[in-house]
Amino acid sequence: MSALQTGQPRDVLSAPASPDYRRARRAESRTGYAFLAPWLIGFFVLTAGPMLASLYLAFTDYNLFRAPEWIGLENFRQLFDDPRYLQSVKVTLVYVLVGTPIKLAAALAVALLLNNALRGQGFYRSAFYAPSLIGASVSIAIVWKAMFSDGGVVDLGLTNLGFPSEGWVGDPGKTMPMMILLATWQFGAPMVIFLAGLKQVPRELYEAAAVDGAGSMRRFWSITVPMLSPVIFFNLLLETINAFQVFASAYIISGGQGGPAGSTLFYTLYLYIRGFSDFRMGYASAMAWALALVIGLITLVMFRTSNAWVHYSGESK
Amino acid sequence: MSTATSTTTAAALTDDGSGTSRRPRRQQGALKRSVLLHALSLAILAVALYPVLWMLVSSLKPTGEIVGDASLVPSNASFDNYRTALAGIGGVSAWTFAWNSLVLAVLSVIGTVLSSAVTAYAFARIQFAGRKVWFALMIGTLLLPFHVLIIPQYIVFQKLGLVGTYVPLLVGKFLAAEAFFVFLMVQFMRNVPRELDEAARIDGCGHGRIFARIMLPLMRPAIITASIFAFIWSWNDFLGPLLYLNDPQKYPLPLALRLFVDQTSVSDYGAMIAMSVLALLPVMLFFLVFQRFLVDGVATQGLKG
Repeated sequence: MSALQTGQPRDVLSAPASPDYRRARRAESRTGYAFLAPWLIGFFVLTAGPMLASLYLAFTDYNLFRAPEWIGLENFRQLFDDPRYLQSVKVTLVYVLVGTPIKLAAALAVALLLNNALRGQGFYRSAFYAPSLIGASVSIAIVWKAMFSDGGVVDLGLTNLGFPSEGWVGDPGKTMPMMILLATWQFGAPMVIFLAGLKQVPRELYEAAAVDGAGSMRRFWSITVPMLSPVIFFNLLLETINAFQVFASAYIISGGQGGPAGSTLFYTLYLYIRGFSDFRMGYASAMAWALALVIGLITLVMFRTSNAWVHYSGESK
Repeated sequence: MSTATSTTTAAALTDDGSGTSRRPRRQQGALKRSVLLHALSLAILAVALYPVLWMLVSSLKPTGEIVGDASLVPSNASFDNYRTALAGIGGVSAWTFAWNSLVLAVLSVIGTVLSSAVTAYAFARIQFAGRKVWFALMIGTLLLPFHVLIIPQYIVFQKLGLVGTYVPLLVGKFLAAEAFFVFLMVQFMRNVPRELDEAARIDGCGHGRIFARIMLPLMRPAIITASIFAFIWSWNDFLGPLLYLNDPQKYPLPLALRLFVDQTSVSDYGAMIAMSVLALLPVMLFFLVFQRFLVDGVATQGLKG
């Protein structure tokens, strides 16, 4: 508690290199660490420690009841022979690589629409955001399952439009589009971020381009996209990482099994099955680290290539 | 919308009477455009909100009429489904599940706000050795996939005999483990004028008092935003309770819903959807009351939904 109250008068701080100054700096540091203590404990106990522990476990055979047994790279070797693992990689990659761009395109399109100085913009913005708040919940997963079930409202609508359709939930070829639609439905969060970014684009740029005779497509590609590129980058990074972590919807829609025919066996779901149903904790740790490496690699590539297409105005960043 | 009016006034101002016929036509064009944009926005909105409306309406329909009925007007509405849902499942009343959810969410909010605010104050206002390194590590945890942590964390809590209690679900909240909230508050504090706390320091206030007396009251908007998100994330959380809770008496609503899905026959959508509505009700109410805070929070901090 005393550390919290060692506020130093300002004139002491303005005399560098004096013993008083150094003492004040040390007191300031102590106070800083007192404030930081909860986070530091959490960081070591809940983040850094577990990371190292799971790195170790990834090289062991461990089932929670026997002591971990060191088996080297065996877990990683088994991953490549495990057809269900490879299936989960495939499912997740398709979901991330197809779903994320679709979701972001929808978000950008609606943001551009709302940016047209529309009356009631605040209302639209909030209303479109709402699904992002509830989309990952169990409730919505149940609703989604009901809507896309055999003879459900989606079938009904499509059949009326002249596209006969017989259930999505039970058809391995259709569960992925269903999941991607669920993700796309939650376009509101990135849309709100896009909209905030669009407001930062100086209006004069468009006016000048219009005077020069640039059409709306030209203005979109030559002004909007470069000026918005930091926001696009931010959304892409965030949504990609989020997409890798989808769990509740897949669990509920497939009854926790990833079916039919493994078509909703998302990486997280398979990791959960391996770790907490089969209690193969070492194997699941190897899975977790393989995923962390892939996500880390994707993040790195995104940052590295961002120089080529992300445009920071003003600051020379 | 303000831009729309300003352009029309600008047009009116520059229109110095020379082209009296141009003004109405231009306004007509703007009107046409505005109608078109609204029609498009409303059409997208109808599609986006349809699942929610369908859920609300279906919860009032008899089970047999839910799947395959796209209409949003129930032919014979009743609250039967809600009666079944509230009766609970496996001998546990729905109110117990709701209470459990509430306890978890309220404690999450308290823990998150307190620990994130203290941590953010350290990063934003105290010059301590190693600050930049810790800050970078904190930001780094934003990008860390949670999967790497769940297995060892589970093992630790299991060894400590804490599986089956709320401790594993809450301890991280009290230790500022969710970096999003720390970041949100750091960003907010950086915008608070430094003159305020420097004046207090000259008057002899320590960091403890500056934090409690000056910073916290000024941070109301950030605290409200963080509280709402902490509440909703805890309320909707499924994986955490799924991993750590095994006694239905302690289940929050999302786990109760899963129990419902597993135990009721596949076709009994009525009670399931009524229960889903009940589980989303607080989130929807929060949204209606605090939408400005939520949407602005996303716009400025890029919080995930």
